[in-house]
Amino acid sequence: MKIWRHQHSQALLAALRRLSKAPLITLLSFLAIGVALALPTGGQLLLENVRQLLNSTSATPQISIFMKTSARREASDAVRAKLKNHPNVAKSQFLPRETTLARMKTNTGLREVVEALPDNPFPDAVIVTALDDSPIALESLAKEFRQWPDVAHVQLDSAWVKRLEAFLRLGRDAMGLLSALLAAGLIAITFTITRMQTLTHRAEIEVSQLLGATAGFIRRPFLYFGALLGLGGGITAWLLVAAATFWLQVPLGDLLQLYDISFVLQPLQLYDTAILLSASTALGWLGALLSLGQHLHHPNA
Amino acid sequence: MIRFDRVSKRYPPTMDALSALSFEIAEGEMVTISGHSGAGKSTLLRLIAAIEKPTAGTVLVAGQNIGSLSRAALPFLRRRLGLVLQDQKLLFDRSVFDNVMLPLSITGFPPKEATQRVRAALDKVGLSAREKALPIALSGGEQQRLAIARAVVSRPSLLLADEPTAHLDADTAKDVVRIFHEFHRAGVTVLIATYDTPIFPDARNLRLNHGQLIPT
Repeated sequence: MKIWRHQHSQALLAALRRLSKAPLITLLSFLAIGVALALPTGGQLLLENVRQLLNSTSATPQISIFMKTSARREASDAVRAKLKNHPNVAKSQFLPRETTLARMKTNTGLREVVEALPDNPFPDAVIVTALDDSPIALESLAKEFRQWPDVAHVQLDSAWVKRLEAFLRLGRDAMGLLSALLAAGLIAITFTITRMQTLTHRAEIEVSQLLGATAGFIRRPFLYFGALLGLGGGITAWLLVAAATFWLQVPLGDLLQLYDISFVLQPLQLYDTAILLSASTALGWLGALLSLGQHLHHPNA
Repeated sequence: MIRFDRVSKRYPPTMDALSALSFEIAEGEMVTISGHSGAGKSTLLRLIAAIEKPTAGTVLVAGQNIGSLSRAALPFLRRRLGLVLQDQKLLFDRSVFDNVMLPLSITGFPPKEATQRVRAALDKVGLSAREKALPIALSGGEQQRLAIARAVVSRPSLLLADEPTAHLDADTAKDVVRIFHEFHRAGVTVLIATYDTPIFPDARNLRLNHGQLIPT
C-alpha cells in the first residue's frame, strides 16, 4: 500500500515536471481546452439562470376574458356561470370594472388620466385558470371563449412561458450535443499532446521496458499528465466563465431592468463546478489512455 | 539457467543471424561469447533478454520459454536479468544516481532501502563521488560502469553484457573485468559477448561463426 502510494506520487511528480518543463505549451493547451469547455459551461450557466427566472414568474398560464365595455353586468354574470360549469376550467376570478378603475386610481401616474375620462374605460374581466395548461388546450379554450356573446377580447397570459420552456428544452438538448462534441475535442487535444510526450520520452520508455517496467508503470505518468491537462483546462474554463459572468452582470441587469425584471446573474454553482472539473479531468485521462493504447506498444515488448 | 535448443533467428528476408543453435549454461557459470562482427553474439543476448523472439527452436531462461512468454509476464522476467547493452541506454536527462535508481523504482522498492542499494551499487563500480553528475559529464569508462551499476542494483541472478569493454582503454577495461568477476564470485550467472576473450581467462567460451557454434 505504502509502495503503491509512493509509486503514484512519483508518477504524479513526473507528470507535473513534464508540464512545467514546457510552460508555454502547457498554458496554450490549458487555454485550448478551457475555451472548448467554456462554451458548454457558459451555455449551461445561462440556461440555469433563465430557468430560475422562469420559476420566479408564474408558470401557470391564464386566460383573460375582457367583456365589451358596452356589455351589461348580466352578460358578465352569464359568462361567469358558464365558466363555473365548464369541464375544462379549474377556477375563474371575476374582476368587476369598478374594482379595476379603483385600482388604477391608486396609481399616481394614471390617476389624472383616468379621472379626466368621462366614463370608466375598463371592461369587466374574468381571469381563467385551465385544468389542462398545455398550449394547444389553452388555445382551443381561448377560441371557444371568443365565440361567446359580449366578449370583446380573449388573451392568453403567460403562454410565452410555455413557449420559452420549449425553447429551453431545445437549448438544453443543443447544449448536450455541444458538450459531447467538445468533449470529443478535449480527448483529441490530450490524445495529441500525450502522443508528443511519448515521442519525447521514447528513450525513457524503452529503457524502462528493458528494465522490467510493466505497462502500468510506464503509462502512469502519462495518464497523470493527461488528467492534469484536463484539470488545468477545466480550471481555465471555470475562470473564463466566471470572468464573463462578472463582465456581463451589470449590462444584463440594466437590460432586464427595462423589462421590469430584477435579475442577478448567478455564478456557476458548486455542483456544476464539481462536474466540470471532474469531467475535464476524466476526459484528459481518457485522451491519454487512448493515445498510449495506440503508441506504447513497443514492437519488441 | 539458460538452454538453447536448435534455436534459429532469421531477419527477413534471408538473413540468418543464428541457425540451429544448441547449448546450455548452468547457474553460477561465467561464459563469454566470441566471434566475428555479425556472428550473432548480440542476437543471442537479445533472445535471452526477450528483446527478440526466436524464429525456430526454444530458448529457456530460468525455466521460462521466451518464445511463448506473454506480454504481461515479460516485465517479471526482465527484472531477474541485469542488462548491459552495447549502446548503454543511459538516460541523459537525469543524474547518475537517478539512472541507477530507475530499476528499483520500477520494481517498487521502499525508497529508503533503495537509496542504500543505489549507493552500494555505485560504490561497487567506483562512481560514488559522481552520483550527482549527469551521464554526459562522465567519461566512456565511467558511463560503462554506470550501465553496470544500473544492471546489478536489483541484484539479478543473471547478468548479460554486450561488448562491455569495447572502446575502453586497457586499464579501464581491466576495471570492468574485475567488476564482472566480483559478481560471478557472488554467485551471479554472467554471460558476456566480447571480441576480446583473453581478457576473461577464467570464463568458458562459446565461439560463434555465422550464427553457428564452433566446437572447441
